[in-house]
Amino acid sequence: MKILCVIKQVPDSNAAVRVRADGKDLDPAGLKLVVDPFDEFGVELAVQLREKGKPVSEIVAITVGGDKAAEALRTAMAIGADRAVHLCDPKFDSANELFFAYLVAAAVKKLGESFELIVCGKQNIDLDAGAVGPALAEFLDLPHVGAVQGLEFDEAGKRFTARRRIEGAEEVVEGALPVLLTIEKGLVEARYPSLPNLMKAKKKELKVLTSADLPGETAAEAGTVVEALTPPPPRADCRFIEGEPAEMARELVRLLREDAKVI
Amino acid sequence: MSKNILVVVEQREGKVLPASYQLFTPARALASTTGGQVVACVVGEGVSGLADAIGAHGAATVYVVEHAELKHYRASAYTSAVTSAIEAASAGVVLFPTTFMGRDWAARTAARKRGALAIDCTEVSARGGNILASKSMYAGKLQATFALSGSRLRVLTIRSNVYPAPAAGGSSAAVQKLAYTPSDADRRLTVKAVTATSSGIKDVTEADVVVSGGRSLKSEENFQKVIFPLAQALEGAVGASRAACDAGYQPHSRQVGLTGKVVTPKLYFACGIDGAIQHLAGMRGSKVIVAINTKKEAPIFKVATYGCVADLFTLVPLVTEEVRKLRAH
Ligand SMILES: Cc1cc2nc3c(=O)[nH]c(=O)nc-3n(C[C@H](O)[C@H](O)[C@H](O)COP(=O)(O)OP(=O)(O)OC[C@H]3O[C@@H](n4cnc5c(N)ncnc54)[C@H](O)[C@@H]3O)c2cc1C
Ligand SMILES: Nc1ncnc2c1ncn2[C@@H]1O[C@H](COP(=O)(O)O)[C@@H](O)[C@H]1O
Repeated sequence: MKILCVIKQVPDSNAAVRVRADGKDLDPAGLKLVVDPFDEFGVELAVQLREKGKPVSEIVAITVGGDKAAEALRTAMAIGADRAVHLCDPKFDSANELFFAYLVAAAVKKLGESFELIVCGKQNIDLDAGAVGPALAEFLDLPHVGAVQGLEFDEAGKRFTARRRIEGAEEVVEGALPVLLTIEKGLVEARYPSLPNLMKAKKKELKVLTSADLPGETAAEAGTVVEALTPPPPRADCRFIEGEPAEMARELVRLLREDAKVI
Repeated sequence: MSKNILVVVEQREGKVLPASYQLFTPARALASTTGGQVVACVVGEGVSGLADAIGAHGAATVYVVEHAELKHYRASAYTSAVTSAIEAASAGVVLFPTTFMGRDWAARTAARKRGALAIDCTEVSARGGNILASKSMYAGKLQATFALSGSRLRVLTIRSNVYPAPAAGGSSAAVQKLAYTPSDADRRLTVKAVTATSSGIKDVTEADVVVSGGRSLKSEENFQKVIFPLAQALEGAVGASRAACDAGYQPHSRQVGLTGKVVTPKLYFACGIDGAIQHLAGMRGSKVIVAINTKKEAPIFKVATYGCVADLFTLVPLVTEEVRKLRAH
C-alpha cells in the first residue's frame, strides 16, 4: 500500500494575523506557521498503519506552498513519511481549493506514481473549506470518503471500512483501494516528532516541482480570486446582567424571550 | 454562462434539511440582479414526493433525480446526479447548504465541471457577470471576499441560519424527472449502515439552541446534571469546548470550534468557557450568545450578547428552572 499524505502549512491559530498592503493576502512577516492539525492526523494515520503491520510500502507527503512550506514537509517526514514532494512556485500562490487540488493531481500524474491510499485533512484551519480532498479525488478519478473518524482494513490491506459522523448520524462505508480519505479529529492522536526523527527527516528526499514541471495553469485562471480580506463585522457590546443569581436567571430568561425573541 | 440559479436541496431518508430552503433567499436575490430563473433539484431514492414542498419555496422548475442506488449519499454518484440537473437547467450558479454532505458534494461537483468554488459563504451578491462571496477565514479573525468568475460554473455552499428561508406559498413549479444510470465509478463505495446518533438529544449542527460547557464543568456527571437539563428544556443540543472534550467529559462529536463543529444557532450558551479564539471560530456566528463565566475579563464576553458574571453551578440550574416555568405556561 503506497500512501500519499496531502498536507498544508497554515498560520498558527493563536497567532495574530496582519493583512498585506494590497489587502488580498496575509502579511507573511513574522507569521508563525504550523502543519495543519488535520493534516498531522493524516500523516499519523499512515505511520500507524505501517506500525500496525499493514503492508505499507511507502509514505509520501506532498504540499503546495512557498519556500517555508518545506518545513511542513520536514515535520511530516519526522512523524514518519519516507519522502516528500514540494510544489513551489509563486504562480501556485492562491487561496483556491480547486487550484490546489488540480496542482496536486497534476503532480501525481506527472510523477507517474500510483497511490492506493491518499489522505487529506477533513479541512484546514485557515480557509476552513474541506474541498481539496473531494476535488482531488475527482481529478484523479478516485472514490472518496470525507470526515473519517473510524477506519479498518482487511488483512491484505485491500479493502476498508470507514466510519464517519455526519449531522445526527453515523455512516459506515465500505470499498476497495484505491481511495482518498479525509481525516476527522478523533481518528488518531498526532505524536510529537522526536529529536532523532527530526534529524533523520533532514536527510530524506524532498523533491521540488515548479511551474516548469507542471502544465501551467496559473491561479488567476482558476476561477476564484480573493478581492479583499477584512476584519469580521463587529458584534454589539455585551449587555451584562447584574443581581443575585435568582434575579439574574429571571432577567436573562425575560430578555431572551422579550428582547431577543429566541425562546 | 447561463443565468439560471440552481438550489440543491439536501434530503436524508426522505426528509428535507430545513436549511436547504434558506438557499432560496440568496438565490432569488442573485436572480433579481443577474436575471435568470431560480430552479431546484433533489437527489435520492423515492424523493419525487418532496417536489411540491420544494417548489413552494420559489423554484420555477424542480428537477428530481431518483434511483434505488441514490438511497444514501455517495459523493461520486450524487455528483453525477446533480450534474445532470445542472445541465438540464443550464445553470450558471449552484447553491448547496454548508453541511458535511454539502461541502463534499459541492467540491466534487465543482471539480467535475471545472467550475469556481466557494465554501461556507455568509454573504453572496452579483457584480457584472461575477459572483462575490464572503466567508470567514483564519479562525474568524478575517473575512474574505472572493470573486467567482462568470466564465465558469459558480458553485457555492451557504452557511446555515445566515439567510432566513422565504415563506412557502403554493407551488406552481414544473416537476421534471431526470434519468440516472449508475456508472461503475459511482458504485465503487457501498454505504453499509446509517444510524441516527442523536438519541434524544440533537446534534450541535442541527439545533436552534446549543448549550455548551467548558473545562470548568470538571466531569461528565456535571454535564449531565447542569448542562443537559438546560439543553433539554430548550429542546437544544449540547456542545463543549475542546478542553472539555479532551478531558473526556463529552465526545469529540460535540466539540464546537476550529477543530470541532461550526455552529450558527439562534441561541448559544457558553457556560464556563473562556472564549479562546479557536472556540470563537466555531460559534461567533450565532445570533444570540449568552456567556456565563466567573471571570469578568474572560474573552467570551467580547462576543456575547448577554453576559452573566456568575458561578455556572449556581446559575445554570436557576436558568433551567425559569425556562421550564415559561414552557409550562
Ligand atoms: C490548533 C488548535 C485548535 C483548537 N480547536 C479548538 C476547538 O475546536 N474548540 C475549542 O473549544 N477549543 C479549541 N482549542 C483550544 C482552545 O485554545 C482552548 O484551550 C479551549 O477552548 C479552552 O477551553 P475552556 O474554555 O473550556 O477551558 P479554560 O480555558 O480552562 O477556561 C475555563 C473557563 O471557565 C471559567 N470558569 C471556571 N469555573 C467556573 C464556574 N464555576 N462558573 C463559571 N465559569 C467558570 C473560567 O473563568 C474560564 O474562563 C484549540 C487549540 C488549538 C491550538
Ligand atoms: N496548499 C496545499 N497543499 C497541499 N495540500 C493542501 C493544500 N491546501 C489544502 N490541502 C489539503 O486539503 C485538505 C483540506 O483543505 P481545505 O479544502 O483547504 O480545507 C487539507 O487538509 C490538505 O490535506
